Amino acid sequence: MTELARPKIHQKSSAKNRYKLAADNGWAQRFQLVIDDFTQGAKLYRLIWSLAFSDIKLRYRGSLIGPFWLTISTAIQIGAMSFLYADLLQTNIHTYIPFLTVSLILWGYLSSIINDGCTCFSAHDALIKGTRMPFVVHVVRSVIRNTIILMHNVIVIVVVFVLMDVHPSLYMLAAIPGFLLWLVDGVAISIFLGILCARFRDIPQIIAAIIQVAFFVTPIMWQVATLKGHPGTENIILYNPFVYILGIVRNPILNEPLDIVFITKALIISAVVILVSLFSFARLRGRIAFWV
Amino acid sequence: MTYLEASGISIDFPLYHAESRSLKKALLGKVSSRFSVDQKSRPVVQALRDISFSLKSGDRLGLIGSNGSGKTTLLRALSGIYQPTAGTLSMEGKLISLLDPGQGMNKELTGRENIRLRSYYLGLSKAKSQAFEADVIDFTDLKEFLDIPVRNYSSGMVVRLAFGMATAFPPEILLMDEWILAGDAAFMAKAKKRVEGMVQHADILVLASHSPSILAEWTNRLIWLDGGRIVADGAPMEVFKSYLPRHDFEELLRARS
Repeated sequence: MTELARPKIHQKSSAKNRYKLAADNGWAQRFQLVIDDFTQGAKLYRLIWSLAFSDIKLRYRGSLIGPFWLTISTAIQIGAMSFLYADLLQTNIHTYIPFLTVSLILWGYLSSIINDGCTCFSAHDALIKGTRMPFVVHVVRSVIRNTIILMHNVIVIVVVFVLMDVHPSLYMLAAIPGFLLWLVDGVAISIFLGILCARFRDIPQIIAAIIQVAFFVTPIMWQVATLKGHPGTENIILYNPFVYILGIVRNPILNEPLDIVFITKALIISAVVILVSLFSFARLRGRIAFWV
Repeated sequence: MTYLEASGISIDFPLYHAESRSLKKALLGKVSSRFSVDQKSRPVVQALRDISFSLKSGDRLGLIGSNGSGKTTLLRALSGIYQPTAGTLSMEGKLISLLDPGQGMNKELTGRENIRLRSYYLGLSKAKSQAFEADVIDFTDLKEFLDIPVRNYSSGMVVRLAFGMATAFPPEILLMDEWILAGDAAFMAKAKKRVEGMVQHADILVLASHSPSILAEWTNRLIWLDGGRIVADGAPMEVFKSYLPRHDFEELLRARS
């Protein structure tokens, strides 16, 4: 047996281990705490990654093909819906199936980021109350977990594109900056909803209901072209923030145009989300541990 | 220089009843509160009131008090988990808090996976995390249990794992709640040896417990909390003299001699 009283490694203390936490006193301190939260969270990237990864791994522990069930269930859902809705909406199946596949998968990603964001703090109350950890860890964990799921579903998109003879183009790469914006938005909205839902336990249900309605009023199962001329459609498109957010990633993948007005609207929506989230995080960060 | 200082820390705990936590209540409450005097008249528990003390290297502080006196809340505040409602916490030194045995552990993951997660949390390099893992495995003595999910562990095993992970790299400040008592006698001896080693390195220990004998043995300063306030602060035996019923105190004296 080795000597227990004197463990082998001793870490030297340094000034960076200095820590001070005072009662809430104004915005300067609040934003300083937010900055600290982000910088310390960034240092824990390995922890965040393995927490997100273990979430997926645990869900499928003991399963033969593991997370590829995600791929299969998405493929089945899309396969079943494609033919029905292509017929129902009387559209060309060769353009409709790729459209539906990309739309459903991207929407699934957005909606589960929002729904998981609601519980990103309250689901980890033991961790929050047990140890001092940057709150952003829980938020990014939720976003990364959903991104890993998305990566499994991308396989379905690739297979559908091959089957439907959709040729890849360089323009598709324009989806990348849009996707990076999604990641930032995802973190922002999760922070905001996570705080809100920790305080008010009814909000997750309300959000889930809103997302469900948004699914139907956003062109996911139907294309704008199919409903051209239908009264009311234009307003649904014009005032629906999800149209722009979804579009900045979906349009390049489907080889549809992205104009500057469209991009600007997506950026404005993102800016609002980020600002609201940042201010509420600064204001309420100290209360989260009491609420979860 | 390692130190831990609480100056005038107060914590108000918001009280949310199952109903008052709901959105409906809050919205309706806002409407009706226009008629009330104070909009901020939210129900709170005064969990801690004006707690001040200062610890330096070598101090081993015990916290004693009845259930609900604020021991755990104080440990959480000292860990930096709860932002105080008033006052300031300041410290220097690597702090680890052992508040709840399962804390920071994912019960579905195996012991080994939890150890790895912890080394990521500590931000260790590859070589260091291997040393960390080896040290925890050696200390916890869990053997084949390391590869099964933590939810199948006995409570004593969970304690061993949690304690091993918390002290593998000796923290400069260690905060512990009373669940350490869940270990068996052999583990207690091991744990004590480890904490003693830590304290010899001029570190700080804060231990909350209901057990006078453990506190008398492990600490050299005792704070008696009641209703979130400090009632007494001094050498353990002095505080015990007023805290314990006469009979129990004499028994403790006899056991100590």
